[in-house]
Amino acid sequence: MEEHIVIIGNGISGVTTARHIRKLSDKKITIISAETDHFFSRTALMYIYMGHMKYEHTKPYENYFWKKNRIELKRAFVKNVDHANKQLQFADDTTMSYDKLVLAVGSKPNKFGWPGQDLEGVQGLYSYQDLEKLEKNAPNKSACNRAVIVGGGLIGIEMAEMLRSRDIPVTFLVREKSFWNGVLPDGESGMINRHIKNHHIDLRLGTNLREIISDENGRARAIVIGETGEEIPCNVVGLTAGVSPNIDFLRDSGIELGRGIKVNRMLETNIPDIYAVGDCAEQHEGINGRRPIEAVWYTGRMMGETVAQTICGNPRQYNPGHWFNSAKFLDIEYQTYGWVFSKPREGETHFHWKHTDDTKCITINTEAATGKFIGINNFGIRMRHEVFDRWLTEERSTDYVVEHLAEANFDPEFFKHFEKDIISTYKSQAVTA
Amino acid sequence: MAIERNMSLTGQPPVSINTTQKIGVLIGMAGLFILLLAALGVDLGSAALWLTISLTAITAGVIIFAKGAYAHKLPGIKNDGVWFKSMSSRGVLGWIAGIVLTGFYIILYFYAGVLGLGQGVDGANTGLIGLFDPLSYLLKGSAASEWFVYGTLYTIAILAFGVKFMWKYKHNRYEQLRTISVMFFQTAFAFVIPELMARLNSDTFSLPYNDIKLMWPLNYYAFDQWRVDQFINAQNIGLFFLILGIVTIFVISPFLTYKYGKRWYCSWVCGCGGLAETAGDPYRHLSSKKMSAWKLERWMINAVLVFSVVMTTAVISTYLGYDSTKYWFTKNTFLISAGAFLVIMFAIVAYFKRDQLKNDAFKGAVIALVITLASFVAMSYLRFHEIQINAAYFSFGLNTNTYGLDGAMRTFYGFGIGSIFSGVIGTGFYPILGNRVWCRMGCPMAGILGIQQRLFSKFRITTNGGQCISCGNCSTHCEMGIDVRSYAQKGENIVRSSCVGCGVCSAVCPRGVLKLENDSLEGRINPTEVLLGNDVDLMDYVNNKNAS
Repeated sequence: MEEHIVIIGNGISGVTTARHIRKLSDKKITIISAETDHFFSRTALMYIYMGHMKYEHTKPYENYFWKKNRIELKRAFVKNVDHANKQLQFADDTTMSYDKLVLAVGSKPNKFGWPGQDLEGVQGLYSYQDLEKLEKNAPNKSACNRAVIVGGGLIGIEMAEMLRSRDIPVTFLVREKSFWNGVLPDGESGMINRHIKNHHIDLRLGTNLREIISDENGRARAIVIGETGEEIPCNVVGLTAGVSPNIDFLRDSGIELGRGIKVNRMLETNIPDIYAVGDCAEQHEGINGRRPIEAVWYTGRMMGETVAQTICGNPRQYNPGHWFNSAKFLDIEYQTYGWVFSKPREGETHFHWKHTDDTKCITINTEAATGKFIGINNFGIRMRHEVFDRWLTEERSTDYVVEHLAEANFDPEFFKHFEKDIISTYKSQAVTA
Repeated sequence: MAIERNMSLTGQPPVSINTTQKIGVLIGMAGLFILLLAALGVDLGSAALWLTISLTAITAGVIIFAKGAYAHKLPGIKNDGVWFKSMSSRGVLGWIAGIVLTGFYIILYFYAGVLGLGQGVDGANTGLIGLFDPLSYLLKGSAASEWFVYGTLYTIAILAFGVKFMWKYKHNRYEQLRTISVMFFQTAFAFVIPELMARLNSDTFSLPYNDIKLMWPLNYYAFDQWRVDQFINAQNIGLFFLILGIVTIFVISPFLTYKYGKRWYCSWVCGCGGLAETAGDPYRHLSSKKMSAWKLERWMINAVLVFSVVMTTAVISTYLGYDSTKYWFTKNTFLISAGAFLVIMFAIVAYFKRDQLKNDAFKGAVIALVITLASFVAMSYLRFHEIQINAAYFSFGLNTNTYGLDGAMRTFYGFGIGSIFSGVIGTGFYPILGNRVWCRMGCPMAGILGIQQRLFSKFRITTNGGQCISCGNCSTHCEMGIDVRSYAQKGENIVRSSCVGCGVCSAVCPRGVLKLENDSLEGRINPTEVLLGNDVDLMDYVNNKNAS
């Protein structure tokens, strides 16, 4: 009888693992999820609330796909992993045996012990259930007079955009003195600050949450700001201060845990035949400057591709290539290739160009001594992944990259090009520097 | 499901409309109300005055509505609430709009008398059509017909909703230029120039109504005898248009499709496409993305194409038989050369593109060719116009006339494809089936261009390495029902015969993954198993493994 591969979690990591195991073998595959019956794209949850899409559109595969590919789906909550007997225990006390187990259990929103963080109306935005909660808590601006979002990251700004689509007033508390400036250089972060305000979002920089105040029914009715003691009345509080691996159910399992599930480069845990992929996996050391835990869509997918090879008898190390990522801040798209840090590290310099309309800019990071190109952040201009990946591999100089920037342009046809302006700005800065 | 509530028109943002939009609706409705009064036979007095007021109000209403919707907003994607609004999510308003549009088409095609066509003294127009007489006299110097009324309203819809679409995509030059293009081609080539040219007609000189951009097989009547005769009789200028029409089909169109994909026609020039992209834009997300819909589409559109080729050949062959002095070809040489042309085309494709033709596509093509050739043989032995068909068998006894088989076929095609499919279903059902159901399922022109685009074109939609997050905006808002995401998440270029190149998938993508491009044929279709970003050796390993 074929080996039974059980995958906990039907997000991108778990589903990619299953698909690639099916491509490579005839093993029996089961995917378990407590969240939804079918795989959907978590990144699209915001568009359901905004009315751009319906839930069914977020499913990358039609429902017949799973049966056709002999991937069994089980809707259940795993409460314990008994690795000695290779068995899972579900919340309803039933069990399931496995031969190999892949943990792809994702993340949960962070809570930092704020007073009132468990009140009604206080929520994160990660799961399908969170979306249902938001629809209940903030159906419209009559039911929700104001929402306060705590945490200036990617989910926070998405949540602000969602609420603004229903014209709900939003106050956005950001601990840093500028939006996401632990990651973005000042020029970019400042541009996004202004863009957020242009969308009529009450952005409060350098502001911490002290507490959330309850009404008589245990619902949030206001928040208090740490620095000033100001009380802001609100009906909904969005907690979006990052996510962390969703591993509480594994505490006593014997699987080695840190912040996430500890894995080696083969994505194996300390227990034989148990693997971890995606947001919940923690490398012992970050790979090529990456963080030990990468809660990014494509890394989940790549880990799934890799672990499927290993499980099917072609042992492979997880070996991500050059760093890249993307996001969208309201109307401004962002992409990054290679490494650009908020402050140039020792021996690095930044070149920054910004368009006068204040919605487009780029920052290029260069090794000062050699002129080697290290990375680029581009806002409001699309760039080709393939070209930058090649330039990084070829270790091109920033001079070369700037001169050939048009090759990497990925904007739609007839869009205005800015390469000339960028080149002349680059040259003038090189002269003055 | 709790998260998919359907709010009503009077609901909350993003469903509710603001004061400017309400004023726009009011003005536009007033304009339509004047048309309704005229249609109901109310004597309004000066037709010129009321027609001017009505058309101005309709145009202004749409533009004011668009201003209210987009002017105060920052440039960006404006899809908030499209799945909540009753009008754009198959709600009550959507169904009402669908029924009203469908009703309008049925009256227009089959009961033009109701609209006042020739109902007055000495066959003068009354009612709605009478209202359009002043404009018709101004342009072409004769009374209006139902088609003039339709053409005017159609052009106004493309212009007014075109302005709305451009406002919606104020940040996107591709969308703006494309919209200016369809607005121009509709107004000039489909409306003003043909109507002005009608002025040239006299007792001794007559050109058929000729929308220059409309080519066979979209205008299935292009080679009907009356039309070809009229062209030939109009001597140099007529011959010019006849030859231009043929050159467009066999040379200009394939060349442009090779360079730019079928979008050069479908979303930059075509009138059907023009209406779909402007007035139909609010319904683009309603097209079905299911695999089953794609399968249906492939059978439907190619069946219509075969039918239209067979029918056109039949039509030409019947009149070629009558008069060998007037035409260069006799019936049999025409049939043999048409058949030979198709066989040679098929052989070339089957040989040079054999690696790209999937089994089912090849099978479908063989079936289509066999049916077509068998029909040609039948035409050569049978005299279609002498085969009599009693329509009673097909109309439950409603119509007891008998027709020649050729006439019956043409009537069926004109009625079934030309009227019911392209008009009643194609446009009337915008709010139910999406704005491109005709283009996707029924247009023979799209069928031909699609085959060219799939096999011989530099056009593709490129995906950007590993950036796709499978969110599904691209698929949801694809009016042709292409599951764009299924390609993007594999890092695979989108090379689909149905793609009209509207560019909306690229516009709505939040991660900058999609780009419409014309590039070399090499590597245009690039199936990949592992996306860019992962270990290069692993990519080679998996891709080679699958290639071998």
